[in-house]
Amino acid sequence: MIPLGHFLVLGALLFAISVIGIFMNRKNLIVLLMAIELMLLAVNMNFIAFSHARGDLSGQVFVFFILTVAAAESAIGLAILVALFRNLRSIHVDDLGSLKG
Amino acid sequence: MDLPLILFWFYGSVLLASALAVVLVRNPVHAALFLVLSFFSAAALWILLYAEFLALTLVLVYVGAVMVLFLFVVMMLDINLERLREGFWRSLPLALLVGVLMAAEMVAALVTRGGLAGAMPPAPSGSNTRALGSVIYTDYVFPFEIAAVILLVAIVAAIALTLRQRKETKYQDPGRQLAVHAGDRLKIVKMAPETTVRRAGEGAE
Repeated sequence: MIPLGHFLVLGALLFAISVIGIFMNRKNLIVLLMAIELMLLAVNMNFIAFSHARGDLSGQVFVFFILTVAAAESAIGLAILVALFRNLRSIHVDDLGSLKG
Repeated sequence: MDLPLILFWFYGSVLLASALAVVLVRNPVHAALFLVLSFFSAAALWILLYAEFLALTLVLVYVGAVMVLFLFVVMMLDINLERLREGFWRSLPLALLVGVLMAAEMVAALVTRGGLAGAMPPAPSGSNTRALGSVIYTDYVFPFEIAAVILLVAIVAAIALTLRQRKETKYQDPGRQLAVHAGDRLKIVKMAPETTVRRAGEGAE
């Protein structure tokens, strides 16, 4: 039998890797979106591990909704990326400062 | 060491290695393919946790739809890789500091609460899909409807963001088509009939 802690540590390491990816790929919007997907995967791993450990299906239902929202988020994010590239001819984060925020 | 534990170490190491490759490789197409590999390993891990329905959903929805979308976008855009990679390794110390600190914090919290030693219950009996469906369609039916609306909003938003009118394309305007009258298109000219009548064979000289 696999102990619960193995899955929780795996989720924590996966989350830390995606945080490192967000720090290192600050200029590249596509890899930033991929790192966000990895973060959601780490969270889902914890949800499913706890759901099995406690024998409660609500965790799996939560993962179901997270998957739905993440699919919607990545679809809209990529649509924004395509619209951005069409207008600016670049997806470099430094070129997006036109609002001067 | 029993077989599930060996499989866990194998899938877990593949998952972590491919996740590292996603954030470190140079080419975004390779990053997308490594992301597919990490989703596959995660799906295998979820099957070890008896969440078969969600594992299959992960493969179908993520590998089948979202990652294909990512690959389409990556291949469609003409990206200047050199500019995107500048300053990549310069942020490594800060990234490593934050990442290691974050992982250490979470593991420390788990160790102090004794979460690492928690034993797992035996395998649940019956179909995972049936159990999940009976929960979703009773206790969570209202959030389920809201998820459907969120997907609809995502469809409308994605289409509205990428839709554009080109000037050179020809398109139909139904309002103008309906408002047209026969008189605008067809002109009937009245003219006097011709009076000369030719006999047969006369013009064939």
